[in-house]
Amino acid sequence: MTRVTELPLETDKMVLNFGPQHPSTHGTLRIIMELDGETVTKATPEIGYLHSGFEKLGEDLDFNQYITITDRMNYLSPLCNNVAYALAAEKLIGIEVSKRTEYIRVLMCELSRIADHLLNVGMLAVDLGALTAFLYGFKLREDIYDLFEIATGTRLTTSYTLVGGLMRDIPVGYDKAVLKVLDEVDEVANDIETLLNKNRIWQDRTKKIGIISKEDAISYGISGPMARASGIEWDIRVNEPYSSYEDFEFDVAIALNGDVFDRYLVRMEEIRQSIKICRQSLEKMPSGDVIVDPGLGYSLPPKDEVYNSIEGLIYHFEVTMPNRGMTPPVGEAYVPTESPNGELGFYIVSDGNRTPYRVRTRPPSLMNYSIFSKLIEGHMLSDAPAIIGSINVIAGELDR
Amino acid sequence: MTEFAGEQILHVRGPDILTLLTKLKADGFNFLADLTAIDNLTLGGYERFAVSYHLLCHETVERLTVKAYIPEEKPSLPSVESLWKTADWQEREVFDLYGIKFEGHPNLIRIMNPDDFEGYPLRKDYPRLGRKERSDFPVVDRGIQKKKS
Repeated sequence: MTRVTELPLETDKMVLNFGPQHPSTHGTLRIIMELDGETVTKATPEIGYLHSGFEKLGEDLDFNQYITITDRMNYLSPLCNNVAYALAAEKLIGIEVSKRTEYIRVLMCELSRIADHLLNVGMLAVDLGALTAFLYGFKLREDIYDLFEIATGTRLTTSYTLVGGLMRDIPVGYDKAVLKVLDEVDEVANDIETLLNKNRIWQDRTKKIGIISKEDAISYGISGPMARASGIEWDIRVNEPYSSYEDFEFDVAIALNGDVFDRYLVRMEEIRQSIKICRQSLEKMPSGDVIVDPGLGYSLPPKDEVYNSIEGLIYHFEVTMPNRGMTPPVGEAYVPTESPNGELGFYIVSDGNRTPYRVRTRPPSLMNYSIFSKLIEGHMLSDAPAIIGSINVIAGELDR
Repeated sequence: MTEFAGEQILHVRGPDILTLLTKLKADGFNFLADLTAIDNLTLGGYERFAVSYHLLCHETVERLTVKAYIPEEKPSLPSVESLWKTADWQEREVFDLYGIKFEGHPNLIRIMNPDDFEGYPLRKDYPRLGRKERSDFPVVDRGIQKKKS
């Protein structure tokens, strides 16, 4: 019996590979963790598993073709990426889009924001063991994807925008379908909050976990709901309005503690504000075309004209042939937009050819994720899924 | 200083970037929104590479682009990691894809590509289809014999 106590206790640190196939990483993230017992002493995130050279590819595709690539970046809210890229290209070229286009873009962005936040909150909950909230959110997300399917023709790879407008107008009666879903969103948001907010286990797992201070948030370039949960009053939709966001009345959700729980609260409040914006955009929807005069040589003519008239067909060829069409000015443009994750910016440099010279995406996930190793230090291993979930890392956008 | 599409762009020589950004940060540009590089091989410019910094001032809602130009041989810049922690990963990305070295960076290793990757993919002289790295991948057959058809 004495032999056991005489043995020196092993106190070596253990190195644990978290991912790339761990279920809570939602993508391919790998974290190399040094553990002291169950406490994480050091974490080194390793990224790049999904690096597919989108930026290199962009140098070979013309302005409209690259929109299909932007779908694949943040695959939870592809419409926001479409809109952000179209805005950057329009700023570079100097196109003013019609008011109706801008309102439809706002509607689509906010619907994606709802879907993105619902999924994020649900995933955070399911990683911590609360399956019901996830199922509520996921069912509704399917309904929102149905709305995307009605408008764009696809659920995920939407490619809805064009440089200078939209692929197609929203169908007649679309507002009724949207309003019906929005009512459900309201209910489900209440349901989720009733399930989680005062849940003792949920509070224990999320409060005081992964606290980001205001200074750290600015230093690490953190934006979006994560920054607002740390008390930074910054929303690009309000501070630097784009695409007619100045016409809409809504509040910016702010929390002060900067922990996982506050990030969840901010996301839930943003869902409610997005519902407000969607309702306003449907009410005020102006009439008009959704594409500016295609005489510029950027946007394709409507498909009706292409199939039914010889002029339309000729014009379609003129635009798509590699030695015709687009002559953008030489210059560069950076457009920041408020995507569900944070500041999504596109930086386009043009040398006057039909393909951009350089397309840079400012992915919010990359900057938000870079603080992770600091957040997890000193926490338990089981807090890692909570922190990853609250950061909402999208690997497609992270690695591009 | 130039302006395009309503954006202010400040052009500087590479080595001066750290002092300039320290000054700008003290002047209120507290947020480094984006850091990236451009290869000016066919575009033309003062030098081969330009590293652009997108700064944002939260208080006055102003944005400013600073472009630092560095020559083709021995491309290197002082790191701004001491000013903004976000520069850590972003400078690693620029190093990975463009081969620009950042002096004073604590951990300058590749971030997107594997460590043994050769070349810098976003440079304009790097072919889009790659340099046939994939054809050199070792083949593991695990003892399974393929039928010859």
